[in-house]
Amino acid sequence: MSDTTQTGPVLAADGTPLKRSLQRALRREKLRALLLIAPLLIFVLVTFIAPIADMLFRSVENDIVADTLPKTVVALKSWDFHSGEAPGEAVFAALAADLQVAVEAKTHTRLGSRLNYEKTGISSLFRKSGRKVKKWDLASDAPFREKFIKIDKDWGDVDVWRVIQTYSGKYTNGYFLNAIDMEKGPNGPQWRDESQQIYLMLLKRTMFLSITITLSCLLLGYPVAWLLSNIPMRTSNLLMILVLLPFWTSLLVRTSAWKVLLQQQGVINDVLVWVGLVADDNRLVMINNQFGTIIAMTHILLPFMILPLFSVMRTIPPTYLRAAKSLGATNWTAFWRVYFPQSIPGIGAGSILVFILSIGYYITPELVGGTTGVFISNRIAYHISSSLNWGLGAALGSILLLLVLVLYWLYDRIVGIDNVKLG
Amino acid sequence: MPTATKEDGFVVFDHVQKSYDGEILVVKDLNLFIGQGEFLTMLGPSGSGKTTCLMMLAGFETATHGDILLGGKPINNIPPHKRGIGMVFQNYALFPHMTVAENLSFPLEVRGQGKSEREANVMKALDMVQMGEFGGRRPAQLSGGQQQRIALARALVFEPELVLMDEPLGALDKQLREHMQYEIKHIHERLGVTVVYVTHDQSEALTMSDRIAVFDDGIIQQLATPDDLYERPDNAFVAQFIGENNTLNGTVKAIKDGIATVDFGDGTLGEALAVNCAGVGSETTLSIRPERVDIGKESGPNAVPAKVLELIYLGDHIRCRMNVMGNDQFVVKVPNAAGHKHLVVGETTKVSWNSEDCRALD
Amino acid sequence: MKSTNLLLAASALALLAPAANAIELTFVSWGGAYSKSQQLAYNDPYMAAHPDVTIINDESSPEAVAKLRAMNEAGNITWDIVDVVAADAIRLCDEGLAMEIDFDKDLAAAPDGTPATEDFGDLLVSDCFIPEIVYSTTFGYRTDLVGDTPPTKVCDVFDLKKYPGKRSLEKRPINNMEWALLCDGVPKDEVYDVLATEAGQDRAFKKLDTIKDSVIWWSSGSDTPQLLADGEVIMGSTYNGRLFSLIEEKKQPVAMLWDAQVFDLDGFIIPAGLPDDRKQAALDYVRFATDTQRLADQAKYIAYGPARKSSAPLVGKHADLGIDMAPHMPTDPNNAKNTFLYNYEWWADYRDDLDAKFQAWLAK
Repeated sequence: MSDTTQTGPVLAADGTPLKRSLQRALRREKLRALLLIAPLLIFVLVTFIAPIADMLFRSVENDIVADTLPKTVVALKSWDFHSGEAPGEAVFAALAADLQVAVEAKTHTRLGSRLNYEKTGISSLFRKSGRKVKKWDLASDAPFREKFIKIDKDWGDVDVWRVIQTYSGKYTNGYFLNAIDMEKGPNGPQWRDESQQIYLMLLKRTMFLSITITLSCLLLGYPVAWLLSNIPMRTSNLLMILVLLPFWTSLLVRTSAWKVLLQQQGVINDVLVWVGLVADDNRLVMINNQFGTIIAMTHILLPFMILPLFSVMRTIPPTYLRAAKSLGATNWTAFWRVYFPQSIPGIGAGSILVFILSIGYYITPELVGGTTGVFISNRIAYHISSSLNWGLGAALGSILLLLVLVLYWLYDRIVGIDNVKLG
Repeated sequence: MPTATKEDGFVVFDHVQKSYDGEILVVKDLNLFIGQGEFLTMLGPSGSGKTTCLMMLAGFETATHGDILLGGKPINNIPPHKRGIGMVFQNYALFPHMTVAENLSFPLEVRGQGKSEREANVMKALDMVQMGEFGGRRPAQLSGGQQQRIALARALVFEPELVLMDEPLGALDKQLREHMQYEIKHIHERLGVTVVYVTHDQSEALTMSDRIAVFDDGIIQQLATPDDLYERPDNAFVAQFIGENNTLNGTVKAIKDGIATVDFGDGTLGEALAVNCAGVGSETTLSIRPERVDIGKESGPNAVPAKVLELIYLGDHIRCRMNVMGNDQFVVKVPNAAGHKHLVVGETTKVSWNSEDCRALD
Repeated sequence: MKSTNLLLAASALALLAPAANAIELTFVSWGGAYSKSQQLAYNDPYMAAHPDVTIINDESSPEAVAKLRAMNEAGNITWDIVDVVAADAIRLCDEGLAMEIDFDKDLAAAPDGTPATEDFGDLLVSDCFIPEIVYSTTFGYRTDLVGDTPPTKVCDVFDLKKYPGKRSLEKRPINNMEWALLCDGVPKDEVYDVLATEAGQDRAFKKLDTIKDSVIWWSSGSDTPQLLADGEVIMGSTYNGRLFSLIEEKKQPVAMLWDAQVFDLDGFIIPAGLPDDRKQAALDYVRFATDTQRLADQAKYIAYGPARKSSAPLVGKHADLGIDMAPHMPTDPNNAKNTFLYNYEWWADYRDDLDAKFQAWLAK
């Protein structure tokens, strides 16, 4: 067919190789496409990628110790905590010099707060010492070792120095260890004291509750989506408004409404007592526990399940069911073998959406979850807004992110991510 | 040719009515008897009620009134999956998440057939439509014609006695459609199944059917064999709907020996078979097929003046549009035979017909 | 064409001109009744006296610490005066996020000339913190649900036999740990020493264990009043001002249990790193708002005690209810028979550790 003797590149009309000519033409197309998406790209980079990168960075960043106590960190290098003795005068002299600078810049208390996350008492140790060290004369007041220990005997504590030494690097895995209930012990990573272990348990619980919420959303949402996609457009639009209604009220109002309904003196219990199903002195506990969290979150996240389901189901023609029935399938077989497999993209999209949203929810669990229904996100919120331990918050967030990515990958492997249809 | 009656009809519609909203009847008093092994086509414009009838037969719609019988038993209360009726849908409705073989295997599976038996039956059905090599494909990987064959095979694989087809060729291009018409026809002949076929394409209906039921406005206008339908339409709608047709309006002057004499309004008279017209003095529509009209014969009982408006050369014949008695859409097919008179646009001549070829209808 | 442009520019300038001199102060507080009392006692009078000042209210105090840190990192501090509790102020001061105050110079002296440091006395718990009110976290109980002998001691909270039913406690270790130890027989002045040891912490948790199943844990100040009003709990801890409003304004069958109330402070900080003009404006406002009369005025609208000694005699009647406010102040001698002062220094050290333990204990 083609001339097999010709071996050189195919040439365009103007003599340039066709490939290059094509590339040039395509490059312009690509450039234009890039320009079109540029605003969104920049927006996403600034508001989404950058914060995530920042969070990942914060979870390992630890330059505060080296920045605040540069001389001390260097002097401390040669100290070995196995000696069982606090470091010698050289380190204390460096500390005095560093602290004087730090007090001037008012960064010593900040360092104290940072190290207090690792060892209780360091916060006041630095605050107290800062006040005293400010008045010292570096040249004439030496030696400092005894002076420091006089301010607070904790300066003679090997463990305090060990913590400073352990956290003197620019980067640390301490936050991540913390986030999985471990700590940097004298002999490498070790489990935290049992009375302080909480994050792994919370992580498991977050997973369990999120999966439960996703399943209950699916269970409740599937029939609704089915109904919506199988009734005339006008009626379905009306019902859709009802589905979306929760979006129009504030989250707090909705959650408070559940309180009124579910609490022991609440509407549901009152009705049950009135009907006689429940004894007045034995009212059901339906809130301030996992049950409350599941109920309230299911309600809040239900639309996120129904919408993708609906948009997928709407595209499944009713003829398939008819065809299946005409081929001899019962209603159930027709649904299960023919309709259900085709609705899987909607289930996938809805489940991923609900699961990821619920994994990061903290306001509702805080309000109705009591002690057993709170998520790991509640601890993240606490560390971000209250304890200011942003490093730990970032580490917990990174783990959560990783977990979501792993689940996403698993989903891709099992169901296939092409099988997700959001609309 | 089996002409079924209510007693021996394999499929019987007995005074069936259907209304969706309780106000308008979509199907008005339908009586239809289909014999075993018959290929019956329901033909009609959209909204004429033909698809509704099919759906009632399949069990997806319930009759508002009347009985539907299958093999002598009323099936009104039998759910679709127990009726054992094969069905081919307009858009094939092949299950997209299953392979071709799985699609075909599905009706056998729900009937509890064993695996090896299933595979043999599937293979047989695939071979029947010459698609034996496509068992492993997904429907989306097939062309429209191939999907059509698979849909056909799926409707037949469980060996139903009755197969319903709802405009199965509507989505195919013309050539493929014609090819498939013959193929379906042949399969029908080979298997001897009863087929109820719905279409709005009259040539399709004429090609394939044993009998055709022409639907309009919820009523069967005429139930007849293809040639009867074409040659002897009962009313103006059928005449108009089947094939090409010329109409002339006039008033009945006299009826004698089954021949009506009609006045076209200006005193010009013509004769036609009095098929479906009221008595003397009533309005009537004469219906003449274009190929039954002669041009240029000056004399005879039915020679009326005509003016040539347009000539279209079509190879084997010339299509001539004329103004005859005020109808400027009057078409005559002039055979392109040797020595035939050449017409000129604007020329005035006469057209004539045999009284037997012209039908005076409502 | 050109002349119209000039005209437009001129009129635009004319419109902008007054704005150039106006001062906008962003005032961050807690919202609700508390912000309203501040509006009436401080902001309205201040704006009346300084027509060029506009005070913009922001209700971000609950997350003030985190937001100030974020603003500081972004290098764009938009707040001028922030109302925070003392513990947050200490943290902000430690983090270098709040400005240090020269109390005697920056704050007004008492009417009799007593300098501010003396007038506020012990309540100056941080170099950055200007105290405003003394509030207390204490218990309220449903008078109709506790039987014939109403509770009188904080330890009645731990007595499930005598007072069966749910109680609400705050979802954090602070206060709860102290109360637990007090009711486990630890003398008041040894509480923090005991709590500093592992054994002491275990002891407190063990005491809390005895009522754990009957506790609803709250995280918002409005929870306990609501729970009491609904009859969900028979007693619960919250801020005394919330209970005052529940009892006196909403007339619910609830009474105060002042025993072992924990005093805490709320007041102002000025963010560090403000430009000089905004800093001066903020200082001027704070000087006005925390003078003797203004602090006393706030008590007309809410049942929190003024932080200045010199304000106490000036506390009058409630602005709407007309009742004497003095007996409802946590500092009133009748209420303050047995009190506890939040140990800021101690909690600053132990908060992170104990909070982790407390949350782990809660989740068990």
